[in-house]
Amino acid sequence: MPDFNQDHFALFGLDPGYAIDVEALDLAYRELQGEIHPDRFAHAGEADKRLAVQWSTRANEAYQTLKNPFARASYLLTLQGIDALAPGHAALPLTFLERQMEWRETLAEAVASADTDALDRLENDTRAEAGGLLREVAELLDTKRDYPAAAEVLRQYRFLEKFLADIGDAYEDME
Amino acid sequence: MALLQIAEPGLSTAPHQHRLAVGIDLGTTNSLVATVRNGISVVLNDEHGRPLLPSVVRYHPDGSTTVGCEAQSRASEDPHNTIISAKRFMGRGIKDIPDAATLPYHFVDAPGMVQIKTVAGVKSPVEVSAEVLKVLKDRAEIALGGELTGAVITVPAYFDDAQRQATKDAARLAGLSVLRLLNEPTAAAIAYGLDNASEGIYAVYDLGGGTFDVSILKLTKGVFEVLSTNGDSALGGDDFDRRIYCWMLDESALHTVGDHDKAMLMAKAREAKEHLTDHPEVQITAVLATGQLIDFKLTEAKFNELAVSLVNKTLAPCRKALRDAGLQTGDIKGVVMVGGSTRVPRIQAAVGEFFGQTPLTNLDPDKVVALGAAIQANVLAGNKREDDWLLLDVVPLSLGLETMGGLVEKVIPRNSTIPVARGQDFTTYKDGQTAMSIHVLQGERELVSDCRSLARFALRGIPPMVAGAARIRVTFQVDADGLLSVTARETGTGIESHIEVKPSYGLSDDEVARMLQESYAHAREDVDARQLAEIKVDAQRLIDASVAALAEDGAALLQADERAAVEALITNLDSQLQGHDPAAIKRATEALNRGTAEFAARRMDASVKRALAGHKIDEIGM
Repeated sequence: MPDFNQDHFALFGLDPGYAIDVEALDLAYRELQGEIHPDRFAHAGEADKRLAVQWSTRANEAYQTLKNPFARASYLLTLQGIDALAPGHAALPLTFLERQMEWRETLAEAVASADTDALDRLENDTRAEAGGLLREVAELLDTKRDYPAAAEVLRQYRFLEKFLADIGDAYEDME
Repeated sequence: MALLQIAEPGLSTAPHQHRLAVGIDLGTTNSLVATVRNGISVVLNDEHGRPLLPSVVRYHPDGSTTVGCEAQSRASEDPHNTIISAKRFMGRGIKDIPDAATLPYHFVDAPGMVQIKTVAGVKSPVEVSAEVLKVLKDRAEIALGGELTGAVITVPAYFDDAQRQATKDAARLAGLSVLRLLNEPTAAAIAYGLDNASEGIYAVYDLGGGTFDVSILKLTKGVFEVLSTNGDSALGGDDFDRRIYCWMLDESALHTVGDHDKAMLMAKAREAKEHLTDHPEVQITAVLATGQLIDFKLTEAKFNELAVSLVNKTLAPCRKALRDAGLQTGDIKGVVMVGGSTRVPRIQAAVGEFFGQTPLTNLDPDKVVALGAAIQANVLAGNKREDDWLLLDVVPLSLGLETMGGLVEKVIPRNSTIPVARGQDFTTYKDGQTAMSIHVLQGERELVSDCRSLARFALRGIPPMVAGAARIRVTFQVDADGLLSVTARETGTGIESHIEVKPSYGLSDDEVARMLQESYAHAREDVDARQLAEIKVDAQRLIDASVAALAEDGAALLQADERAAVEALITNLDSQLQGHDPAAIKRATEALNRGTAEFAARRMDASVKRALAGHKIDEIGM
């Protein structure tokens, strides 16, 4: 019997791992929501409605976690008993932090001069870098199974994701 | 048509009996009601054949109301008691209404939501909206010949929790059973998508009378998935009227006019805007109370100049929505135009330029939201099961909690697919601290003062511990209506205290009962009879649902004795239904609700299994 506490991969009938079949995930998610979404129970009794909200919430959480590469990677680490994003981990490599500071300066300059081209370039560079880190995470998780190392790269990736969000805010501020 | 009627006590309800359900577009300027008839969604007209009901309510000294065209056409006679665009005040405080000083109403500041003093007493925007909804409910019940099972009410996608809750309360007050609050652009997408059998990514640009929404949706076979939404819940077609009105005042060197003249000139401004849709210019003529003659020619070019900043104000949310969805304008396959204001040629041109394509206008922009809502209502009422579609909508604005220094920590980010729940852990910061105050906010800004405050509550009874030892988990749950509930519990010591908050602007059941009493007292309707009727509708719906569930899954999922127990509860409720004791019916309803909880759980598990059938069943240990 499918149970509320089974892991996200099992919920959608997927093999746990960083590399997933996104189409299979989409399909399983939609079929599950098709059966348990609250819209299917709008005319039903209170008990049905409550259960539908619970199940549908659970399906959304699992789907969003698996769909997003960063969330999926940190979830996989959680299944290994590693909380990659908890505070108190060792400092990130100095070279990484230095490059972060350079990028932050570039961002501040682009904002100061309202230079959207510079912002575009910065965003593209950051995305490329972030993509590289995710490929590294994938290899560490699926092939090398070196979870502590994967956790460290994931922490670096988190910096870049935050930075991308800041770039997004900068675009909005320029409007 | 016989509604919800069963021949034998309990068990012989036809599972596919048609239930009367409607979709209601509760608009700032106009409202509509639609239903699905013979498989086609149609707007229900009034007795004069008019589809649109102006959202205008006039209160008379004797407490009676006039709603719609008549109230609108005579608004200038009684501007203080004729409430126009009440939707703009739903779930808003006085400080949220920037033009309150220029409106003809006597606003009363009340906690949570502003109220309006009228000749018939102080009215909340919820009550005003309920008057509009009641007229539409009556219209539908006459047209369909029976009591409604339920309604889908549309709300702007960018409505926050306070505005949504107020809308749901208005529907309850009007005696409507709300099947779902549905976002307006999503409703439009249903009407549009099903009509055109579309696939791909679409933008819905919805400029209503007082609100603006843009939603980006992905339409795939049988799934409407909202990717992002954005908007401005205080920008709409009314603002274009106001620009024309202000221009008229400028041109005639008038600084202020009386409330009567203002209402009259606003009406003239609206007519002028509508005329310019298919004419290059319009002559505006009016005589003020002072006898002064107003006579201007407004050209399309001048109007466009007046409107340009408003048009641009709608494009920023379009950019943000695209950005949140991670898309470019080139990814958009079509742009659906919704709302009467999108008839303005300059708006169509601006939207066309922005998205690089001609917007789609093949469905009536005034009706498309109601049509879509009716289609969804028909499904939610249970009239349709085969070739169903799935609707996945999102929460429009981030939800968060106040943290140290007046900052907001986001708990549920905007554009999360609903229903969604998220927990956040907090701890005490002082030794021996036994209470913690929790402040719930909605909005995108970092500072508490820039976000909407939804609720404040205190979690008490935390066992005294050293600072940092308590573990308090605050959980946000947003349901399929986009409405939030918050719970908090202390789990550090295993001692749980648990609290459920209802946002301060929400009406309690008692308040709804009181308002119902007041409104029906005037209509000389028997309140008790009214409540009995509602309890009966609920009870009958539960019987229908239980009978249908037994027919579908009873044999597979229940033992004979379990089934007999459920049937006994159904028979019991059915026999109570023949009587007139509301308390007894309520008790029997609750008993059946409790008695079917386990069955419901088994059915849900079976549904999950069904969904996953063929997806490596053995791997998930079923």
